[in-house]
Amino acid sequence: GAGQDVGRSCILVSIAGKNVMLDCGMHMGYNDDRRFPDFSYITQNGRLTDFLDCVIISHFHLDHCGALPYFSEMVGYDGPIYMTHPTKAICPILLEDYRKITVDKKGETNFFTSQMIKDCMKKVVAVHLHQTVQVDEELEIKAYYAGHVLGAAMFQIKVGCESVVYTGDYNMTPDRHLGAAWLDKCRPDLLITESTYATTIRDSKRCRERDFLKKVHETVERGGKVLIPVFALGRAQELCILLETFWERMNLKAPIYFSTGLTEKANHYYKLFITWTNQKIRKTFVQRNMFEFKHIKAFDRAFADNPGPMVVFATPGMLHAGQSLQIFRKWAGNEKNMVIMPGYCVQGTVGHKILSGQRKLEMEGRQILEVKMQVEYMSFSAHADAKGIMQLIRQAEPRNVLLVHGEAKKMEFLKQKIEQEFHVSCFMPANGETTTILTNPCIPVDISLGLLKRETAIGAAPDAKRPRLMHGTLLMKDNSFRLVSPEQALKELGLAEHQLRFTCRVHIQDPRKEHETVLRVYNHLKGVLKDYSVQHLPDGSITVESILIQATAHSEDQGTKVLLVSWTYQDEELGSYLTSLLKKGLPQSTP
Amino acid sequence: FFQYCLSGHPTLPCNVLKFKSTTIMLDCGLDMTSTLNFLPLPLVQSPRLSKLPGWVLKDGSMFLDKELKECSGHVFVDSVPEFCLPETELLDLSTVDVILISNYHCMMALPYITEYTGFTGTVYATEPTVQIGRLLMEELVNSIERVPKAQSASMWKNKEVQRLLPAPLKDAVEVSMWRKCYTMPEVNAALSKIQLVGYSQKIELFGAVQVTPLSSGYALGSSNWIIQSHYEKVSYVSGSSLLTTHPQPMDQASLKNSDVLILTGLTQIPTANPDGMVGEFCSNLAMTVRNGGNVLVPCYPSGVIYDLLECLYQYIDSAGLSNVPFYFISPVANSSLEFSQIFAEWLCHNKQTKVYLPEPPFPHAELIQTNKLKHYPSIHGDFSNDFKQPCVVFTGHPSLRFGDVVHFMELWGKSSLNTVIFTEPDFSYLDALAPYQPLAMKCVYCPIDTRLNFIQVSKLLKEVQPLHVVCPEQYTQPPPTQSHRTDLMIDCQPPAMSYRRAEVLTLPYKRRYEKIEIMPDLADSLVPLEIKPGISLATVSAVLYTKDNKHVLQLPPKPPQPPASKKRKRVSDDVPECKSLKPLLSGSIPMDQFVQTLEKHGFSDVKVEDTAKGHIVLLQEAETLIQLEEDSTHIICDNDEPLRVKLRDLVLKFLQKF
Repeated sequence: GAGQDVGRSCILVSIAGKNVMLDCGMHMGYNDDRRFPDFSYITQNGRLTDFLDCVIISHFHLDHCGALPYFSEMVGYDGPIYMTHPTKAICPILLEDYRKITVDKKGETNFFTSQMIKDCMKKVVAVHLHQTVQVDEELEIKAYYAGHVLGAAMFQIKVGCESVVYTGDYNMTPDRHLGAAWLDKCRPDLLITESTYATTIRDSKRCRERDFLKKVHETVERGGKVLIPVFALGRAQELCILLETFWERMNLKAPIYFSTGLTEKANHYYKLFITWTNQKIRKTFVQRNMFEFKHIKAFDRAFADNPGPMVVFATPGMLHAGQSLQIFRKWAGNEKNMVIMPGYCVQGTVGHKILSGQRKLEMEGRQILEVKMQVEYMSFSAHADAKGIMQLIRQAEPRNVLLVHGEAKKMEFLKQKIEQEFHVSCFMPANGETTTILTNPCIPVDISLGLLKRETAIGAAPDAKRPRLMHGTLLMKDNSFRLVSPEQALKELGLAEHQLRFTCRVHIQDPRKEHETVLRVYNHLKGVLKDYSVQHLPDGSITVESILIQATAHSEDQGTKVLLVSWTYQDEELGSYLTSLLKKGLPQSTP
Repeated sequence: FFQYCLSGHPTLPCNVLKFKSTTIMLDCGLDMTSTLNFLPLPLVQSPRLSKLPGWVLKDGSMFLDKELKECSGHVFVDSVPEFCLPETELLDLSTVDVILISNYHCMMALPYITEYTGFTGTVYATEPTVQIGRLLMEELVNSIERVPKAQSASMWKNKEVQRLLPAPLKDAVEVSMWRKCYTMPEVNAALSKIQLVGYSQKIELFGAVQVTPLSSGYALGSSNWIIQSHYEKVSYVSGSSLLTTHPQPMDQASLKNSDVLILTGLTQIPTANPDGMVGEFCSNLAMTVRNGGNVLVPCYPSGVIYDLLECLYQYIDSAGLSNVPFYFISPVANSSLEFSQIFAEWLCHNKQTKVYLPEPPFPHAELIQTNKLKHYPSIHGDFSNDFKQPCVVFTGHPSLRFGDVVHFMELWGKSSLNTVIFTEPDFSYLDALAPYQPLAMKCVYCPIDTRLNFIQVSKLLKEVQPLHVVCPEQYTQPPPTQSHRTDLMIDCQPPAMSYRRAEVLTLPYKRRYEKIEIMPDLADSLVPLEIKPGISLATVSAVLYTKDNKHVLQLPPKPPQPPASKKRKRVSDDVPECKSLKPLLSGSIPMDQFVQTLEKHGFSDVKVEDTAKGHIVLLQEAETLIQLEEDSTHIICDNDEPLRVKLRDLVLKFLQKF
């Protein structure tokens, strides 16, 4: 799911032999089989539990977790499901809400039950931000703050040196109640990012807020009613804080209502999980809790027919069902009224239709609804815009990028931009498509400290950071890799060293006495080999490092001296160099 | 690998660990028992305290009578209370890279370290630790600053003078190091250096060391720390609890396979059972109130008080105390109660489940809602209007030297109807009471210390099996007052290494390996050779890059192709630049095959002679001789480089390279 599409987020990642499913969402635009991901892609026969190592849910929006009970209880999955604490707390409530609308109101059967939601949640393991969760010995996951909604997280999935980061939905600019998403420079092999607003660069938030308040204010002033379809948790709290402060400042009297029984509960979650909100709210919560609203009251269905102006927040956010749709039908005919869509609407929903300019809607029972009220769209969705997506890529420095959760056309544009700016491959697979990314993992081995230290000592050049050549032996035994010095390798394997030695005879014409010849050789070598240790030993021999030079008179020709140059295989270069040097003869002696 | 021990207090530790190339401070405890030597700071002028007689030396000299006062046979310093700081001279504290905090009680000396030693590093702590730690510091600063004291006594600290004083002043250690309380700006500056971390978060320090906090089960956000490299693991266990109270349970499994386990912060009252103490607390409280008396509970503004309030929540109705007001007085009372409700992720499972409902995790929310529990910033203001007796007051400081508790001691001390119940274990209750003597009020001692006792420690050590245990010296012998109780000490094999204040320990382990990464293209170029069944080896010649303490091996760069000019061909003209990287050799050379090979390569006059240790192969025409022995080969020839190289290559064919 979520391939060149928004909704039904569900991505399968195979990394170093591990299979991880990212999100398990439903699609708002469909009411048939297509509303849930097709899990037969994972495995045709066999149990999902055997195939999947874990499931990760990024946040509580239904397009990211709506299919979870279906997946775990009806298709069948018993492995671990990871999500953050607030997601774990809020997710079951939204699922229950979804179930109620589908089963109780629309009368569908063959849907998951309340018990299934409960059983599904029992499989959930809650994670902290930045906690490294060891799923098994090799697979670890880590959550990062994503902003988007309370408890939203991005996840890093790591096996050995290979890693993937999945952003879920995120927001790069802090708002009135949440902070901004943040990733460290984790350099994943692949970054899977949402791209809802792939082409949008939003004007400053302040302008949007002012615009929103102005429109609400004008409508209320002329006695109109304002409908703001929202989801119970998320943007709703953001807009409530916005309106609450505005009402307070302007001393407005028109009532603001918030529909559904979820409200109070929702605000309570925000209160208890206040550590997940932004800095300012966290700092002041002891004095004043931002989620205790003075001007916003619970909505009753009867209020919709009250005369006079009012502002109503109603769920759900895309006008596809429930109370927001009911109120919309009541108010749509009056041009004094206004509906403000504060977020993205999936194709097929009433919200999407009116935003694309449709003014005559066919409702259930072939009834035609004429929309006379004003329709406004204001992007308050807490998604990153193009600038934000680029910023996150810059933060994480991935080697590859994969776009999901967006529209194909817009993705195409962003893909080009990413490839241009970052010179990394960018993919945008459609649903059902598989993208294969080659990684180039390095191999960690253990190096004996002795060897490492020795190499460091040899490289005692002024700059220890300079790369240096080193030589060692890699021992491979039962999957353990150890790099040790050759000496240690021999010792561990119980083998003796085989010494290979060379001795070369070099003939030199020199009529002087042997010890004088030796002295000349010594002086010559000392002059040429300035960086080497050249020594004249008492027994008359010369050493250059470990190379031994001895002189004897030629048995037949006293005017010729024979130099025996002896070295081991390990010193071959120097030994070979010395013989050729000596072969050229000695320089004329200086007095 | 060294450990510098800067604090002598086993539950308020401060150690510095030199681990690989990093310097890590473990906790920053502030020993506040020094304040017991001072007179209390009354909020309201106390005629009793101001009339105490000055202390006079035996010889009658009076020069100290302004600084020292006598009360019921004890001598107290009449001055702003001072704290005993961790050792600052043992090593240069500006070299400390990071400070790891295990719980909010163990960070009280932080401003002294971060603001006065040139410290430029980072402090790591969990969010509850920082938030509640801030509250403790705020309360401390507030209770001392709001009672300005003109006098700052220092004469008594003179070594010559101190010698003449009665105990315990005479024996007080390091009095010259005692310092006055820090200020709020210093607290804020210190706290701004903290970086928040979560349990099981892996934090890289300079690429060399990884530190990880683990739940320790003792308090909100309290942690033990793992300090490890790829090959060494030090576990720092400080203030841990296996009892189920409000915090998340202790993570024991992650402590396994430690080379060294540093064990501090065990229970201070090993003989008391916390559950029993809570029961006693409740019954004494109920009895006093029923008799019309007031109950005073000197306490910290966070921690055990949450558990006490929860017990009382369940207890008050059945004990018929529903109408008795409970007061919680502290400048940070409100904040503490509010903060306790928002750390769902750091709480035990039961409390977490409540948050999912969503309900506040602690029942004191309900006590406040129903007006049974009221909280005030101080005794001044609203409290004086609402104050009704008999009542129960929770207030600080447990040392009874400052804070609102001083007022209640003065107010209620004269009546035997009232009771003071000590629950905090940090101060000896008799010493705490000394400047209030003679007292009529009842004193009950119910210390509640949920930290590990010695039975739990020995179980823990059996479970996690560290190679070595390091602990304060106090834990390696029975308590001085109960010298026969050999069960009240750490018993492990090998025996624990002990430390005391101002000591430097060398930790007993040696590193042998380090992690290094082999780049993929280098790995591709390696040719493994099976030497023995299951053991393969490959010789590696590569370039070693070291950056940020991480080592990487790469393919050596290809030598630049020498241009075909004559001059460059005489490579041997250049002095060889780097030491050659020839492998070691192993194996032996089979005589017959070697001779065959020689013949195949055109040596027709091979002659073999046997020697004592092997053979000599003679190539007569070439005037060359090859000595073959079990573990050595010696080629002796004239200076004929092509011949030498040819023979070398033939010999190498029979040998393995390492």
